[in-house]
Amino acid sequence: MSQVDVSQGGRHLAPLLPKLMKAASTVGSIAITMLGLLFVTFVIGRVMPIDPVLAVVGERASQEVYDQVFIDMGLDRPILVQFLYYLGDVLRGDFGDSVLTARPVSQDIARVFPATMELATLGVVLGVVLGVPMGVAAAVFRGRLIDQIVRVLTLAGYSMPIFWLGMMGLLLFYGILGWVGGPGRLDIFFEDIVPTVTGMIMVDSLIAGDWDVFANAFSHIILPASLLGYYSLAYIARMTRSFMLEQLSAEYITAARIKGLSEWQVVWRHAFRNIRVQLITVIALSYANLLEGSVLTEIVFSWPGIGSYITTALLSADMNAVLGGTVVVGLIFVCLNILSDLLYRLFDPRAK
Amino acid sequence: MTDATWKDWLLSDAPRSRGQARLAGLYQGWLKLSRNWMAMVGLGILVVLVMVAMFAPLLAPHDPFAQDLLLRLKPIGFEDHLLGTDSLGRDILSRLIYGSRITLYIVALVTLIAPVVGLLVGTVAGYLGGFVDATLMRITDVFLAFPRLVLALAFVAALGAGIENAVLAISLTAWPPYARMARAETLTIRNSDFIAAIRLQGAGPLRILVKHIWPLCLSSLIVRITLDMAGIILAAAGLGFLGLGAQPPSPEWGAMISEGRRFILDHWWVATLPGLAIFTVSLAFNLLGDGLRDVLDPKDGGSQ
Amino acid sequence: MMKHLLASAAFGIAVMSGPAAFAETPPNMLVVAMRIDDMITLDPAESFEFAGGDVSRNIYMKLVNFDPLDLDAGFKPEIAESWTISEDGTQITFTIAEGLKFHSGNPITAEDVEFSLQRAVLLNKTPSFILTQFGFNADNVAETIKADGNTVTITTDKPYAASFVLNCLTATIGGIVDKQLVMANEVDGDMGNEWLKTNTAGSGAYSLASWKPSDSVTLTANADYYRGAPAMKRVIIKHVQESASQRLQLEKGDIDVARNLNPEDVAGVLKADGVKVVDELKGRLMYLSLNQSHPALSKPEVRQAFKYLIDYEGMTNSFLKGQYTVQQNFLPQTYLGASSENPFSLDIEKAKALLAEAGVDGLELTVGVREAQERLEIAQSFQNNAAEAGIKLNLTVGTGKQILGQYRARELDIYLGAWGPDYPDPHTNAGTFAFNPDNSLEAKATGLLAWRNAWDTGGLTSKTASAVIENDTEKRAALYDDIQAEFRETSPFVIMAQQIEQNAMQDDVTNFSGGQAITSASYWQVTK
Repeated sequence: MSQVDVSQGGRHLAPLLPKLMKAASTVGSIAITMLGLLFVTFVIGRVMPIDPVLAVVGERASQEVYDQVFIDMGLDRPILVQFLYYLGDVLRGDFGDSVLTARPVSQDIARVFPATMELATLGVVLGVVLGVPMGVAAAVFRGRLIDQIVRVLTLAGYSMPIFWLGMMGLLLFYGILGWVGGPGRLDIFFEDIVPTVTGMIMVDSLIAGDWDVFANAFSHIILPASLLGYYSLAYIARMTRSFMLEQLSAEYITAARIKGLSEWQVVWRHAFRNIRVQLITVIALSYANLLEGSVLTEIVFSWPGIGSYITTALLSADMNAVLGGTVVVGLIFVCLNILSDLLYRLFDPRAK
Repeated sequence: MTDATWKDWLLSDAPRSRGQARLAGLYQGWLKLSRNWMAMVGLGILVVLVMVAMFAPLLAPHDPFAQDLLLRLKPIGFEDHLLGTDSLGRDILSRLIYGSRITLYIVALVTLIAPVVGLLVGTVAGYLGGFVDATLMRITDVFLAFPRLVLALAFVAALGAGIENAVLAISLTAWPPYARMARAETLTIRNSDFIAAIRLQGAGPLRILVKHIWPLCLSSLIVRITLDMAGIILAAAGLGFLGLGAQPPSPEWGAMISEGRRFILDHWWVATLPGLAIFTVSLAFNLLGDGLRDVLDPKDGGSQ
Repeated sequence: MMKHLLASAAFGIAVMSGPAAFAETPPNMLVVAMRIDDMITLDPAESFEFAGGDVSRNIYMKLVNFDPLDLDAGFKPEIAESWTISEDGTQITFTIAEGLKFHSGNPITAEDVEFSLQRAVLLNKTPSFILTQFGFNADNVAETIKADGNTVTITTDKPYAASFVLNCLTATIGGIVDKQLVMANEVDGDMGNEWLKTNTAGSGAYSLASWKPSDSVTLTANADYYRGAPAMKRVIIKHVQESASQRLQLEKGDIDVARNLNPEDVAGVLKADGVKVVDELKGRLMYLSLNQSHPALSKPEVRQAFKYLIDYEGMTNSFLKGQYTVQQNFLPQTYLGASSENPFSLDIEKAKALLAEAGVDGLELTVGVREAQERLEIAQSFQNNAAEAGIKLNLTVGTGKQILGQYRARELDIYLGAWGPDYPDPHTNAGTFAFNPDNSLEAKATGLLAWRNAWDTGGLTSKTASAVIENDTEKRAALYDDIQAEFRETSPFVIMAQQIEQNAMQDDVTNFSGGQAITSASYWQVTK
């Protein structure tokens, strides 16, 4: 019945070869992008006036110790050679050891990334659950009070310095009211109780069936996740509104109204149905943004995620950690982008 | 001419010159914008901000750098310190007033760099196509794939902390979306009849780009810039918060929050006031940008 | 399982008693909030940061060590039950105590001691200078550090003051590791370095349960500890960056001890019920130094002028209040021979006169400061005073590593930073502030503060060298007093203040020790 379904039939009949070619070139462009990402990060790391050797040896080291480590780290070789060595290691899945944690970077990322993912996922879920209905309502009641309220609310979301809002939230909801848990992922005596499966504590505690840990983890995550949720809400609500406006002014809606369908049916069964694909792209993008954009939130909430991991590493010239972290975040960002692109192409006839 | 005739001239259905047509377009846009009270509020705030920045020495009750260790962390309304004092006993109001200059400076510089770079890369890629397009777009992708704040941090760390470097770093992270947008616009314009006609008249690619394609990309660019401003101010504040933006004793608002956050429990105003200042200015840019979009780019769905 | 029950019980209590009640940590568990993101290794031969020192002190025993309940007494026997010093003063023979065991159950033998000390020299990591300054090196270590039966003899190249040598052995690098366990984990001849970075092989009051970098360290009590099983069965050191967060958590009862509160939060937390603050004088000094390769800064009058541009009293009474006390000598109070003469105070006019005398006008200088709030405040206060005396200062703020790199390369005009002693002997500071045998650029003595500032210390280098081999304690103290007096007047260092650590804790926590100026924190004696 909708335009989306109609176009599908033709697509399936398309020859397979061009699709394969397309896939190959997509993979190729991801690879090139990643290579570029690595190279730029690598060069920044090398020209940075932060000394990676000092990160290892510390303030008091004698010149002799310093020189030894300088050579051990391979810093005496030309930068291109260093890069090729590094690339060789990465292709073998070895991101090297982090100076700050004395552990393999891959192990660190496996530890910090789930923390960020948990936060960003809950954030985007909140953003969608609240943002979509708000956007729809704003479109339906265009120009009225509710529209204005949504508009101010979303614009305010775009305008708030997140670190400041985070500090204020912590002060109010944890410090004064005591409604939520403090900084960090868990209260101290809940740590190390549930076995790590996914690294996302809420999921792990569910798997272990431990409701106390789940409740505690929830009390800690809810405030930072709400902050991130507010940001994605601002974006999602605005986009939902403008997609809906486009649909609501379309002819088939008028036709549906003439047929005597209730307004509820017109809005949700017809108009909303047609913006689902566009919405998914928006949600994927805002998810990608949250994954990479939670640096300041993580710092304010002592959240041991990938954002604060990369930042700390960067400021201490722990270049293996920075490179590894950036590649992972970059890869996810690119993949989510391509995924949403793909979805759009597959299901939206107008994108052709 | 009187006011009325000016208006008639501007609203004339049959403009007699290209200049008149252009001015008329602007005027009609203005009329539309001025009906949007939220955009007007935003514009008002920004005008006030510019005035404050211009007349900072006249408005500030104190020297923003004058310290007094005996009068530190005084509350709002303490003697002649309307908004209290910070950790070194400096007047917060005066610092906020002078800080507006830094904010405007950042905004102005980023506006001069990021969209221009983006426009250049995007239109060149879109117009020339082929290998150039592929290369430029891959580079754009690389910068897009970077976590934004991390990229900015890395650049600032590489170049050294300071306001100019912060601006440069933010610009470096801000240009890719402009490039993508400009490329998309160029692709739609490139094959249009009027460009073909110009090309037939013998215009070179440079001329076509500069004289014909750039102007057409401008309106969507302006909307995007205004909406991006808040993000830029917030990014600058974020860098300041991490100690990589403006250097002390400069009264940059983000750095002021960072300084004040240590006292948040007992002296909340030290961090809150600059936070509110950032919020107000960002919101003003967003309100204005939102209104501008309704006027210049109506397909995105405005409120009117 | 046990842990689980414990936590459930704690949570249950918290829930049942309603939202207004404070959460409480379990009675046999100590939860400490502090910054631990500087910890990069747990290997005692390599560890050299504050947080690492704390952890190490609780895990590794040493030949001689301090008793946290009686720090004034100085070092006491630990793994070594006694020692004798040879006639010529170059040999110390330690007798190893009987019956001590590592966490692994292996007995502690002379061989382990020999291995641990030799290993520290051979690995040649950053803190190795604490041992190699006695003339140990890779070639002679087999002879100079030698086990024989249940004794270990160390032979130094000069007859150093015995207290100096023994004090050095109380540093983290003196930690004795379990040879058998460590060598079982050796990779490519690294003497277990890679493994020991994240694992431990000690014999102290606690063993390591887990270390999550920049997150937490968990220690488990050693029931067989030779001084008796610690009261706190578990110690959790939680990384909490912000002072405000530490304070909130302390007030909420989520933690027992908060170690990085700023002066405002200390003042605030004292208003809360059931919380106390315990002050300890630490060895850390805040100083600024003037690069002597700068033509103007190398003039004696200019050096003196800067000493009058610091508002010592104003700072220690405002933003450093309670956390720093004025100290203008390179030896921190409580150290042997530390001088308490503090002749300088803020005097802009005097500084101006001195500058005029030197014929210096319109000076513009770069000051390197690390991105840390208290240092930024000191820097801005200094900048403000200097401006009044006609000197324009530009602050370069960066991360520690960034500024440090420039400092070590002699690139900064002025460096504003902190220095903490490496071991509890006056030579630790004298040997870096006042000692610089070769000031040439080629010497690259980047570990010495005097060299970093291109300061040829004049006669102080030889005076320092003779003080360190003086075995009569009183004479030695007098020598240091002498060196400090000259240093105050001639050096390009403006020493400003000495740190006071303010540990805030629940009222019921007793006997907590941060280690004062001589060592690190220890937990075995803590009760609550």
